[in-house]
Amino acid sequence: MMINIEVNHKQIQARHGETILSALRRNGIDVPTLCHLEELTPTGACRICAVEIEGRQELVTSCSQPVEEWMKIQTHSPRVLEARKTLIELILANHPGDCLYCQKNGNCELQRLAWSLNIRERRFHQNTLPSRIDQSSPALVFEPAKCILCGRCVRICGEVIGVTALEFIYRGQHTAVATTGNKALNLSCCITCGQCIQVCPTAALREKDQTTEIQQVLHNKAVFPVIHYSPALPVSIAETLGFKPGRDMQKHLHAILRNMGFRKVFDTSFAIDFLVNEQIELFLKRLKAKSGLPLISSCCPAWVKHAEQSLPDLLPLLAPLRSPQQIMGRLVKKYLSDQFRLQPHQVISCSLTPCTAKKFEAQREEMMENGTADVDYVITTRELIRLINLNGIDVRRQEEDVPDPPFASGSAAARLYSSTGGVAEAFARALYYKLEGKEMSSPKINKLRSSKETKVFSFTAGGREFGVAAIQSFNSLLPLLEEIKSGKKHIQFIEVMACPGGCVNGGGQALNDDREAWSQRMKTIYELDERDPVRVSAKNPGLLAYYKSTQTEPGSREAASLCQAVFRERKVL
Amino acid sequence: MTTIMHMNGHDHDILTKVLTAGLRTPVPPALTEEEQWHLEGLQLKRVDRPLIFVGTGSCGQIAGAGETLHAVNAYLQLPGIDAAVEETGCKGYCSMEPMLDIQLPGKARLSFGHVTAGDVPEILDAVLNRTVPENLLLGQYPQDGLENWARVPLVKDLRFFRLQQRHLMERCGMINPRKIEQTLATGGYSAFLKTIFTYRPAQVCDIIDAAGLLGRGGSAFPAGQKWKSAFNTAGNDKYLVCNADDADPGGAISRVLLESDPHLVIEGLAIAAYACGASRAFITISERCGQAINRMQEALLQAAGFGLWGNNIFGSGFDLLISLKITPGAFICGEETALISSLEGKRGMPRFRPPYPTQKGFLGNPTVVNNIETLANVPGIMKHGPAWFKSTGTATSPGTKLVSLYGRTMNTGLVEVPMGITYRDIIYSIGEGIRDQKQLKAIHLGGPMGAFTGISGLDTPLELDSSRDMAEGIGSGSMLVLDEDQCLVDVTRHFMDFLRDESCGKCIPCREGIRQMSLILGSITGKPGKEGAHETLERFKGAMQIEGLGAVIRSTSLCGLGRNAPNTVLSAMKLFREEIEEHIFDRHCKAGICIHLRTFIIDTEKCTGCSACAKKCPAAAIIGSPTQAHFIIASKCTGCGICFETCKFGAISML
Repeated sequence: MMINIEVNHKQIQARHGETILSALRRNGIDVPTLCHLEELTPTGACRICAVEIEGRQELVTSCSQPVEEWMKIQTHSPRVLEARKTLIELILANHPGDCLYCQKNGNCELQRLAWSLNIRERRFHQNTLPSRIDQSSPALVFEPAKCILCGRCVRICGEVIGVTALEFIYRGQHTAVATTGNKALNLSCCITCGQCIQVCPTAALREKDQTTEIQQVLHNKAVFPVIHYSPALPVSIAETLGFKPGRDMQKHLHAILRNMGFRKVFDTSFAIDFLVNEQIELFLKRLKAKSGLPLISSCCPAWVKHAEQSLPDLLPLLAPLRSPQQIMGRLVKKYLSDQFRLQPHQVISCSLTPCTAKKFEAQREEMMENGTADVDYVITTRELIRLINLNGIDVRRQEEDVPDPPFASGSAAARLYSSTGGVAEAFARALYYKLEGKEMSSPKINKLRSSKETKVFSFTAGGREFGVAAIQSFNSLLPLLEEIKSGKKHIQFIEVMACPGGCVNGGGQALNDDREAWSQRMKTIYELDERDPVRVSAKNPGLLAYYKSTQTEPGSREAASLCQAVFRERKVL
Repeated sequence: MTTIMHMNGHDHDILTKVLTAGLRTPVPPALTEEEQWHLEGLQLKRVDRPLIFVGTGSCGQIAGAGETLHAVNAYLQLPGIDAAVEETGCKGYCSMEPMLDIQLPGKARLSFGHVTAGDVPEILDAVLNRTVPENLLLGQYPQDGLENWARVPLVKDLRFFRLQQRHLMERCGMINPRKIEQTLATGGYSAFLKTIFTYRPAQVCDIIDAAGLLGRGGSAFPAGQKWKSAFNTAGNDKYLVCNADDADPGGAISRVLLESDPHLVIEGLAIAAYACGASRAFITISERCGQAINRMQEALLQAAGFGLWGNNIFGSGFDLLISLKITPGAFICGEETALISSLEGKRGMPRFRPPYPTQKGFLGNPTVVNNIETLANVPGIMKHGPAWFKSTGTATSPGTKLVSLYGRTMNTGLVEVPMGITYRDIIYSIGEGIRDQKQLKAIHLGGPMGAFTGISGLDTPLELDSSRDMAEGIGSGSMLVLDEDQCLVDVTRHFMDFLRDESCGKCIPCREGIRQMSLILGSITGKPGKEGAHETLERFKGAMQIEGLGAVIRSTSLCGLGRNAPNTVLSAMKLFREEIEEHIFDRHCKAGICIHLRTFIIDTEKCTGCSACAKKCPAAAIIGSPTQAHFIIASKCTGCGICFETCKFGAISML
């Protein structure tokens, strides 16, 4: 039902029950916000979106107040602007004014608000309380001094991810965002997914930046730097570089990376296909033994960490396989040290992903061999952009290029790994192919591409009924397992990923991107899938050649040893 | 856990008869003569042997009631003494604690104040021998059928009590709150049982609405409307929360009610729960109030033992489960949504409204949060009717109000006054004026979120009005009386510091705005830095910002705490601008309270050079050779005043 409200002396239409903010935005009236996050419960904490309603003594926050027919609203009256300005000035009073040196410089919501509200002087005395920078996490840096207590990270961590590593502690002027017991991040139940970085309006939460180290490695003659990139990357950099959001930049990416100085550029899709094949072998083994089912995916390191620390009872169900990044790391080191007669430590293997949790994964103890890490550096999409800028690479003038053999090819199924439901889709395709010896008549599985909380797809292969599922949030996992146990649902494989939407919306992606940006990325991936002739992992030509040259096959001891992982219960606060 | 006193079967039968008379069929037989006689004993109208009452509420305890009680017990051990002792709650007369009452068979009850352990034998010797000692005597409580003492004033004629109208505090300090039979015998729970047997919930809401009962917690919202809103919201699980936590520093309303008459609170709560359709109720008490918690626990167990709450109360079909919740006692949890959030086990942070708690409160269910004083008014209204309630107080705010009177008046304590009484009457009649012949400077009403009222505002009648700003009224009921020796800027800073630490930290204006205000006030009252135009200018700029900042905090804060936080500062700016300016420009605090602004000098004529002051000075700011006159180095002096107190020759004076 539509109702009329008056805004700034003009009539606008609003939907019954919606908030003032949503009505204003739909009608093209911009009211600034700070703590507001689409799709999350409003808290009304920052008060920046306050508007004046005739007849009300106090200002009203438009993000939380539902519209009512009688309302006469002023969104930019002098009183409102004065209030907004004062609020930002109050925040700035205890904000370190080190914008020039800040990682978020130019990309900071607080900076933008201060600019748009025309704040030109520090009206209130600066009085910052002492705080330390928490560097303990391998993936995240937390600097409470820059925190403006908007609570977005607290809400995304608790409501969306379902981890609740961050909460408010203390009160009054000592209020702070902190982990359990105000301990360091590495001791907390943080799964390093990085979604908090995505929503943080300032640089209070940020990834552990490794661009300087990478730059040094690239110019170190004694080492052989190589890079392998996740299939989400080519579709994730376009908008930051000034192209249409979601555009496939794969061919440019190869050239960019090579120009930066990487000696070899590989496509991690190769390792994904490798992983899918191993997963199928493992699955069939478990199916035969009638134990360890449903098989739960383990390609998301954030999810694996969550399972290890919060759901250790489920560990036997997890596929004991490494993530594609780690498989790739091992393949690359093995191959290069064989081919170029290099010591494994001379090969510097960098991984380019849209993920912060992979920074954590790369330094797990079991991801080392003889003291050398399989993956030395993990850089996120954001760090790639920084490297591009640092090296003065003009993306528009890059020649199209291809990755280096032998890890140059990936199937369309591997690319699907970047988006929610894709892991399950790749699995279903591969299982069907394995059991039936041919591809599905329609490999596009719409049931796994919806935005539903729990996506389920059933199919028949080899005369048996199979069910695969993909879930959007950890919170849906236990109810789903309960349904499987009680026989309500017939599912043998579950895909779990930490970030909503999957890697296209990973914690390492370009900042300030909204749902629109990542649905564009997803769309491109689906389009590429349609065009790709190789739509099942087992048909990856590069992989087939690899099996042939190494005289191995999926499920063989050599192949299994490349991707074996051990997950153990992890004690955290 | 203290032991629960078990009622004997005989008492139980009599009290059940009294309580249910006329409510149920078949009509129970009337009380026999023997039963009537026994009831009078429970009502303390008749005592068989001398009964000594000692007020052992926590304010009494602080004043030494524990030792007094100990002395009384020791006295009772003496051969030939046949008397009993009864612990009571508190009469609200804090400045007279410890208080001791004695009732002899057939005689009116006598009351004594300031009774220390040493005074006990003397008083008891005299009274038990039927003479009245003049010393420490307050007065007597006349009662029908009891003989008055000659030449002893009535307690109600004392200045402290004369203008009070005790409806809520009727039983406070008179009965033993740990014995439910005394409450029941004096009319407790009769209103509740009458309500559930004769009225439908909607009718109860109407009665309370007709009485015009306004919320006593500070916002003065009509209680009947709140209940109706919850009652009319669909939902099977509805909740009632009694906020029994005095968060105000200096506030004692909840504590006195809980300690001295917990059953009145339970009765009000039960009626309210019935009216709004709730079958679950919570009473929240701060963990700091140990005695209040113990007494409420006991009272709840005793009331449950009598069947006054639980399933199918007295066969009426009404179920009510009451839980006592002990809270950490955060100031912010006086805000209803924060309280609900804390009850849910979350951080006590307010949330925005709508939806209101009566629509979506505890765990998403309709919830009514009432202040303890509001609920304590309910039994009286249900017993005597709305017209009786409206006969006290003013047309817009009927009834009485509990006021915590503290500060510099002669009498301090918790007083119950009819609405409409002027502040002047409270201070000069009930409070008997200012101590030490000083002059009144201002009063501060309503706790940290309240405001100052100057002498010109003394004739304002005490009223609750929901349309008015909290800054203008009594708020939650604290009245701080300040005399000429107090520094208003310092009091203001104190309240702002309190709010700065008690804000939940959720919204920017409250968290950062109050912090900024407290910083500004700190720079005004703090130690002068390097003197110079710049510093003064900074202080002046700060003070200039206060008004604008206050307006923004008021209009944008999420909850009542923030919206009312600037009240104290803004009212101080209005009333005592000169004093603030003196602090800013002259760096002088007339009252000598802001220690950093105090300047001490040594009169070289009087100084004998004994060096006592120099030895004690914590800042090593006093120099001088022995036997020679000493000097204070102004830049080192912190203004602590230790030298001033040390000097035996009166050589040190404060400018």
